[in-house]
Amino acid sequence: MTLLKEPDFGTPAREGAATVELTVDGVPVMVPPGTSVMRAAKHAGVDVPKLCATDSLEAFGSCRLCVVEIDGARGTPASCTTPVAPGMVVRTQTERLGKLRRGVMELYISDHPLDCLTCSANGDCELQDMAGVTGLREVRYGSGVEAGANHMDAPTDTSNPYFDFDASKCIACSRCVRACDEVQGTLALTIEGRGFDSKVAAGAGVSFMESDCVSCGACVQACPTATLQEKSVVQLGMPTRSVVTTCAYCGVGCSFKAELRGDELVRMVPYKDGGANEGHSCVKGRFAFGYASHPDRVLSPMLRESIADPWREVSWEEAIGFTARRLREIQAEHGPGSIGAITSSRTTNEEVYVVQKMVRAVFGNNNVDTCARVCHSPTGYGLKQTFGTSAGTQDFKSVAKADVIMVIGANPTDGHPVFASRMKRRLRQGAKLIVIDPRRIDLVRSPHIEATHHLQLAPGTNVAVVNAMAHVIVTEGLVDRAFVQERCEDVAAWEAFIAGPEHSPEAVEEITGVPAAEVRAAARLYAEAGNGAIYYGLGVTEHSQGSTMVMGMANLAMATGNIGRDGVGINPLRGQNNVQGACDMGSFPHELPGYRHVSDDGARDVYEQLWGTPLLDEPGLRIPNMFDSAIDGSFRALFVQGEDIAQSDPNTQHVHAALAALDLVVVQDLFENETAKFAHVLLPGTSFLEKDGTFTNAERRINRVRPVMAPKTGKQEWQIICEIAQAMGYPMHYDSSAQIMDEIALTTPTFAGVSFAHLDRVGSVQWPCNEASPGGTPIMHQDEFVRGKGRFVETVYVPTRERSTRKFPLILTTGRILSQYNVGAQTRRTANVAWHPEDILELHPHDGEVRGINDGDMVTLSSRVGRTTLRAVLAERMPVGVCYTTFHHPVTGANVITTDNSDWATNCPEYKVTAVQVALSPEQAAVREDLAQQPVATAGD
Amino acid sequence: MSTSTVPPHVRLANDVAVQFAHRPLEVAAAAVATHMRDFWEPRMTRALLAHVAAGGDALDPVAVRAAQLLGPAAS
Repeated sequence: MTLLKEPDFGTPAREGAATVELTVDGVPVMVPPGTSVMRAAKHAGVDVPKLCATDSLEAFGSCRLCVVEIDGARGTPASCTTPVAPGMVVRTQTERLGKLRRGVMELYISDHPLDCLTCSANGDCELQDMAGVTGLREVRYGSGVEAGANHMDAPTDTSNPYFDFDASKCIACSRCVRACDEVQGTLALTIEGRGFDSKVAAGAGVSFMESDCVSCGACVQACPTATLQEKSVVQLGMPTRSVVTTCAYCGVGCSFKAELRGDELVRMVPYKDGGANEGHSCVKGRFAFGYASHPDRVLSPMLRESIADPWREVSWEEAIGFTARRLREIQAEHGPGSIGAITSSRTTNEEVYVVQKMVRAVFGNNNVDTCARVCHSPTGYGLKQTFGTSAGTQDFKSVAKADVIMVIGANPTDGHPVFASRMKRRLRQGAKLIVIDPRRIDLVRSPHIEATHHLQLAPGTNVAVVNAMAHVIVTEGLVDRAFVQERCEDVAAWEAFIAGPEHSPEAVEEITGVPAAEVRAAARLYAEAGNGAIYYGLGVTEHSQGSTMVMGMANLAMATGNIGRDGVGINPLRGQNNVQGACDMGSFPHELPGYRHVSDDGARDVYEQLWGTPLLDEPGLRIPNMFDSAIDGSFRALFVQGEDIAQSDPNTQHVHAALAALDLVVVQDLFENETAKFAHVLLPGTSFLEKDGTFTNAERRINRVRPVMAPKTGKQEWQIICEIAQAMGYPMHYDSSAQIMDEIALTTPTFAGVSFAHLDRVGSVQWPCNEASPGGTPIMHQDEFVRGKGRFVETVYVPTRERSTRKFPLILTTGRILSQYNVGAQTRRTANVAWHPEDILELHPHDGEVRGINDGDMVTLSSRVGRTTLRAVLAERMPVGVCYTTFHHPVTGANVITTDNSDWATNCPEYKVTAVQVALSPEQAAVREDLAQQPVATAGD
Repeated sequence: MSTSTVPPHVRLANDVAVQFAHRPLEVAAAAVATHMRDFWEPRMTRALLAHVAAGGDALDPVAVRAAQLLGPAAS
């Protein structure tokens, strides 16, 4: 349920032209074939009473409130399950229908607590609404006990930290069960029992928290009563106002209605008109917003001369003046290239744009980089080389047209859950699935889904596998000749390269560990299935050959003609909410906004004219280069916007040494994070609820981030950047964030048609949005590639230098989990810790057994660069010889283990391959020893 | 600290060079030089040139040749 209601058409829309004409209560209406009578009625302006129907779910036909009369039809059919027909004449309001509906309502009410005045859903309850709509005036059977058998004493399940399940208020409409099935695709809920004993259950005899429920909240949203209700609504009451904005978690970029009472956020309700999510959400976006008002928030600027000193709370003037003075002093002493900045994918396009402007126009160098360096920088490189620009090719909806879906190095059900739900829906409809991943991720086998092929490759061998697939496609005559001849270049050289016997599945089987027959079958399936779509994540990019792998996937798509239409494409699943936008905005040290190289005289001239200052034409330092240069002494000051490099970047010791070597570290963040321990200035940041700007998601969709409340710090983050620039002697001023977007549009061809006013008008838009594509571009490269011809690149497989040895015989790979996000700064400050209170190490039971490790033991994880201690979980989904952990908790510090190996083209760290050893921790070993010394208890003792 | 005793610019130059090692030396070196020009900050290139001038210890021959191609522009 939701307070501020969007229209509910009762049943989902059907595709196609509106060719079927009918009349509803005398009103003519035309709808596509297959549309329900209920939906047609809504289009005609007629609301048919309903309880079990809602337009996010297929019709169910159980409540019988939506009955109608149809000329020529017998009885009173349910309008939700009855499809329209040409010339149909429908009546929704007759005396007979009214009597039937009141009879139905009497039955519902006779087994429902009549506590409306004190119920948490008062005013937001469809049962209450329908009692009014149907004109219910009496309940002949009485209510509750007086009506006989009832469910009034059914217990309330309060186990979930975010919502309650009050079974006494359940009307068994199955909307929650169907939402779990159809919208989320988890199938955790069911109707247990028969007849009067029917009740909603989360699994067999377990609570919601103990069940398979992933707390996406789809059931809460679907519930027409207070049965499934947010705890925040129970505690705070119904919201009174609503602001449409964009989620601050992953790269799906879901739209939400933030619903508030005054300035207090009560709940987040996914927005039906959100292009990315269309009314769905995950546990993070819907529920994990409490960090924004957490007492750990830093709300005042803080300063200290030395990182050994305690923090001193200061005024904005002092913090900004100190920052500007020190930056200029350091440049005067060590040169203009001695300072730089890192932008954040958690901040808005406008905030990122002003930081890179500060670096280029005020610092006078190109030493600006972004956290995408450590995640999707290889996507930027690989797709630019092959297609001409750094962006996913499709919109999310496109997956509904895919015939075969290839998921490579991604775990969408954990990392991008709302998109995963779309994907699972398509897979349940029959699309084939290929998973390429060392781990048996949940998608490989889940309810009603099973991968046709799981290529369980050895970590670090992606390129060998993708080359082997390409080899099969070329040598077995599966190339789309017409496509490559018309649309691509360097085809013959690439085909000659890839057809070499060294690339055959049989030749690389020993390296990859994937049976050649499986590779051949997967390649044939992808090439021949019709629409082949590739979705990938950091399991592709965070390798020493991340960029090569991106180009290898692009080769596959071009060779099979799987580019430029619905249902196909190459789609990076971006980790953070604004990775795409941060990259678009010129955060890379070699590129101006819009991915134009700094050596491009024409592009540079645009900014030099507007900004009134010459710009450097050579690339700046990347993040790893900044660290190396800090240690060698040529780089002395760093501004870090909303990023926790001390926890998230690899080889923690190296990062800490670099940060400690700097003369000045300025951190702009919500919290005093790990990086702030090395900072001299801490500038408080704003949460997404306070920001005014835009985020760009993984499908290039630019969404508005609207201020739900005033900044708790008193300033927008872009204002602080402008004030630093001004204090450094450069006149940078904007009246609003809308004005910053206007400058972005003025200077960036792909954003030329974007403005806040346009976004407010159309909701969202996918770039390029300009004179050539005023409505945006859901699917790229349709007639030609951005670079003209798609370019095939010869992708040589080069093994990583990271090898398992006798001392470090296992390979560690890292990633994230559904309930936590990145370094955990946000989610660790919410009730999400209930699911993942600590980082754990997953390893195969065999690897545990040979080391004497039991499930739940504390273990020491060590690599060539460091060691940490964490809890082990034995998991069959891990292959023998490979272990896995997350990096959400600073106490574990998983990046103490990871090395400074990186992608050859972009320096993206190789998080996914680290040779390690695992052993019982000394403390655990001591406990084990103590237990062994104790006498064995017997029954007689 | 760093997991390698090889200087970062040498290590990275070798990583780039090996990607093009299947091509003829001059073609590979030109590709590596273009890559460095497009993505490397000048102080990294200068450090590489200095390393080559000092004998180019542990440096891939393709990277050595690429450095020579970069030499005049980068110095």
